[in-house]
Amino acid sequence: MKNTLKNVFHSPRFVVGFTIFMVILLTVLIYPYFVTRDPLLGLGKGFLEPGTYVSVYDTNTAGTYRVELPEANMNRMESSVPMEDRVTIIEFLTAKGVDVSHLTTANGDVPELVSLWQENYDEADVKKSKYPGFTTQAKRKALARMDARLSGDSATAKMTVTVGDGDDAATTTVNDTDYVKVNEVANSITLPLGTDNFGRDTLTELVKATGISLLIGLIAGTVATLLGLIVGLLAGYVGGILDDILMFIANLFTVIPGFVLLILIYYSVGQAARGVTTCALVIGFTSWVWTARSVRSQVISLRNRDHVNLSKLSGHSLPRIVVTDILPYIASYVVMAFILQVSSGILAEAQLSLLGLGPKTTDVPTLGLMMNWAKLFGAYTSSNAWWAYFPVILVIALISFSLNLMNTGLDQVFNPTLRD
Amino acid sequence: MGKIMLEVRDLKTKYITRFHEDVYSVDGVSFTIEEGKSLGVAGESGCGKSTLALSVLGYYFPPLHYRSGEIIIDGKNISGMDPDTVRRTILGTEIAYIPQAAMNALNPTMKIIRFIEDVIHVHDPKAEKAAIREQAEARFAELGLPREVLDKHAVELSGGMKQRTVIAISTILSPKVLIADEPSSALDVTSQKMVIKMMRELMEKGYIKSMMFITHELPLLYNVTDDIMVMYAGQIVEKGSAKEMVFDPTHPYSHGLMGSILVPEEGTRGTTLTAIPGTPPNLKKPPQGCRFAERCKYAKPECRYTGIPERFFGENGTRMYRCLMGVDELKEVYSHE
Amino acid sequence: MSEAKTRINKDFTNAPMCLSGRGVTRVFTAGRTRTVAVDHVDFDFHVGEFVSIVGESGSGKTTLSKMLLGLLEATEGEIQFMGKPRDISTGAKKREYWKGIQAIFQDPFSSYNVFHKIDSVLLDCINMRGGKNLPKDKKIEMMTEACSFVNLKFAELTNKYPFELSGGQMQRLMIARIFLLKPKILLADEPTSMVDACSRATILDMLLDLRDETGMTIIFITHDIGLAYYISDTVYIMEHGKFVEFGKADEVIINPQAAYTKRLISDVPKIHEEWDLSTVDLKAAE
Repeated sequence: MKNTLKNVFHSPRFVVGFTIFMVILLTVLIYPYFVTRDPLLGLGKGFLEPGTYVSVYDTNTAGTYRVELPEANMNRMESSVPMEDRVTIIEFLTAKGVDVSHLTTANGDVPELVSLWQENYDEADVKKSKYPGFTTQAKRKALARMDARLSGDSATAKMTVTVGDGDDAATTTVNDTDYVKVNEVANSITLPLGTDNFGRDTLTELVKATGISLLIGLIAGTVATLLGLIVGLLAGYVGGILDDILMFIANLFTVIPGFVLLILIYYSVGQAARGVTTCALVIGFTSWVWTARSVRSQVISLRNRDHVNLSKLSGHSLPRIVVTDILPYIASYVVMAFILQVSSGILAEAQLSLLGLGPKTTDVPTLGLMMNWAKLFGAYTSSNAWWAYFPVILVIALISFSLNLMNTGLDQVFNPTLRD
Repeated sequence: MGKIMLEVRDLKTKYITRFHEDVYSVDGVSFTIEEGKSLGVAGESGCGKSTLALSVLGYYFPPLHYRSGEIIIDGKNISGMDPDTVRRTILGTEIAYIPQAAMNALNPTMKIIRFIEDVIHVHDPKAEKAAIREQAEARFAELGLPREVLDKHAVELSGGMKQRTVIAISTILSPKVLIADEPSSALDVTSQKMVIKMMRELMEKGYIKSMMFITHELPLLYNVTDDIMVMYAGQIVEKGSAKEMVFDPTHPYSHGLMGSILVPEEGTRGTTLTAIPGTPPNLKKPPQGCRFAERCKYAKPECRYTGIPERFFGENGTRMYRCLMGVDELKEVYSHE
Repeated sequence: MSEAKTRINKDFTNAPMCLSGRGVTRVFTAGRTRTVAVDHVDFDFHVGEFVSIVGESGSGKTTLSKMLLGLLEATEGEIQFMGKPRDISTGAKKREYWKGIQAIFQDPFSSYNVFHKIDSVLLDCINMRGGKNLPKDKKIEMMTEACSFVNLKFAELTNKYPFELSGGQMQRLMIARIFLLKPKILLADEPTSMVDACSRATILDMLLDLRDETGMTIIFITHDIGLAYYISDTVYIMEHGKFVEFGKADEVIINPQAAYTKRLISDVPKIHEEWDLSTVDLKAAE
């Protein structure tokens, strides 16, 4: 036993898989101690990009410091001239015949682009000259709007902020050299993975969802393995009519595609009753068949081994023979089957939830549900919010990868003949 | 003295286990087989006789590794060749190999003629199918195999027929040496006899020039080969003609081995069978002195640390044994049992 | 084995019956194909007799041995054990029957549960003989005695696993197990076929010792007619599920009557007589 464990941890594949899995598991366990917020708390509305968000309100009450940053103006200008505007400027200048071949849309070129624009743009001239690509009225209006924006920004004017309302209102003037210290601002939040469509912090939600999905995989895997093991042992060792009946049931499950069965059972259970446990149990109850089949075939070959015959001749009872002479021989196999069942349980949950048949949506997040929400609210398409689905896919892939790697590692140790 | 077909000089090979330990399973083996002669290799399981077969083939794949020594087939030294060259240029034409489970190696989806085409195409890619069929039919007829077999699949043949077919396929190119490792052990006695008869015909008709036959069944070896060598713990402990080896063994180990022969013949009932206590040494750490000393009834203290040389005796010095005791001394000891 | 000659060639015709069968048959059905593995065989094994059942692979000898052991039910026929019809209809009756009959199987490597230590194998036998409540010293004494009977040292074996032994040693440990159990019948199914020639003699010798010491009946199943001839009092030759010939070993082997026995004996390679290859017709269908 000790030796087997030693060998298992000498298999590079197993060790890599185990490490990845443990990192995921430890993150799931430790993360809630650092971020105690409810993972399903809506922080705002709609998708927010990953980044640090600072309260504008609180920046006014925070102390101000004078900082003279040489590149401040340029940065300001750069952040206020969006990429589309830069492209439009270059298009317009090219159409007008100004040489802009040395300029690009890069940040450093923005001041020169803007000054060229201000030199060359004239609303009346555009209307009259009909530059190619800017002949329609809509285009011309767009140019006019952009010009207004650019001329407003170019000024480094002082800004006046009004605090309070009505008679108590007081105005403060904010200079372009006024800075606040981020950690003096009363409210700021870092969202490494942004928010989802409900404005929930994606990272916190993802960690919670990973935990729930692992739990579903664990329950489903345990149920499927136990059920498969019991059915396989009975069918294989007892044989006869019991074998026929059990294999008939197993064949029924094989003939009807498991996933269809899963959807049907799931649908009939109804949304209200679909908690995490129900979800896991249903997945477990529909995926025991292949474990049962392979356990059965292993048991049949073991049943005729002489050590089992000898155990019978020694007068041992059936349960004792099964427990001491059969189970230990298939234990390694069962462990491997369990690992694969956990992995496929997690995937099954993801598939189901993606179809909208996952656990009740208001209680907990799961990896599948997160994908479902991302799909429903257009993260894949209109919003282009990659942070709402890509990390989820990555976690699913990593879990599945690590479990399968552990499995092949174990296979190498337990079936050394398969080693190259 | 006939032309030497196979010469093996001080061949040493080893296995490397999963835990990177070396197992010296063939440790300094030398012998020659002349044209038209057959040599038998006897020994208990684990003595290295099957490894010797693989090593002589020159077809080295992990965990088996070549260490030193020479293998010369009809004047051509093949030691140190890479396995792929061996497969393309040596296997089939120079040397053929039949393991015990050869009959199970036939791909069940292919007809027998396809295997023959494959064997011939390795050495002559341009050979025409019709010519190959003609050649195969002629050879099968010579060996008493029905020609219908050529168009059958392996599963349609009985065990004995399969094994004979495999032998016919592997010797289709008339190799100089045939190495047969327990070719008939998985068969019943009637099929075994047919396999042996066919191998003898291969020799008589010159389709193979020489043969190395490996088995643990001594009565069979006695009836099949001209010479017998007994292997123990990776080394040859005694070599001689079949008759001398069975009825007049010299080395204490061969003496014990020959004393354990059981045949259904009058007079064997009630005789005393020899038992050799103990187990062979671990070849990860072979003993310094005589490898058999641990189990030898006649071992002296010096046997355990002195290297034992090969000693030759008999007519023209054709018999070899590996023991510190003299031939007469051993005879004397045996006569008192 | 110096006194080997006196140990064989006893006459058992008048000895009491130990195990006998009439019309014992076993049919295997898979789908629509019926295979008759054992076909209406009759046999009489006497107390203290060393019987060999000789047959090639597929002759049904292993199926017969499983039926004799009660591991497989006979499709038809009657088996008598110690003069009474054998009744193994319930678990308890089976356990009682197995106190009287035990087995040694062909492959020592698959005969042991690799997760159990040697001690537990032997202790199991003591428990089965009702020695569960014996003091520990007594148990160790019994195990030591059994091991020394087969030339093994219990002190060296204790706390070891069976797979740490060689094939021959494992098979000897099986005999030690029988020594502890002392059944009336021992069924040995090719116990030497996977053991080296040098260890074979030891095992055969021990089986004869066991018979002499306890008077048990030994049913020896083998494919090796030379071995059967060497060791047994009575030989049954089996072909295609039937006994084609049986009788005293000397008579059957030296003067065979059935065509199959004659062929079997002539096909086995020998060392004193010539092994006649000219009788082989390569073109004959196998």
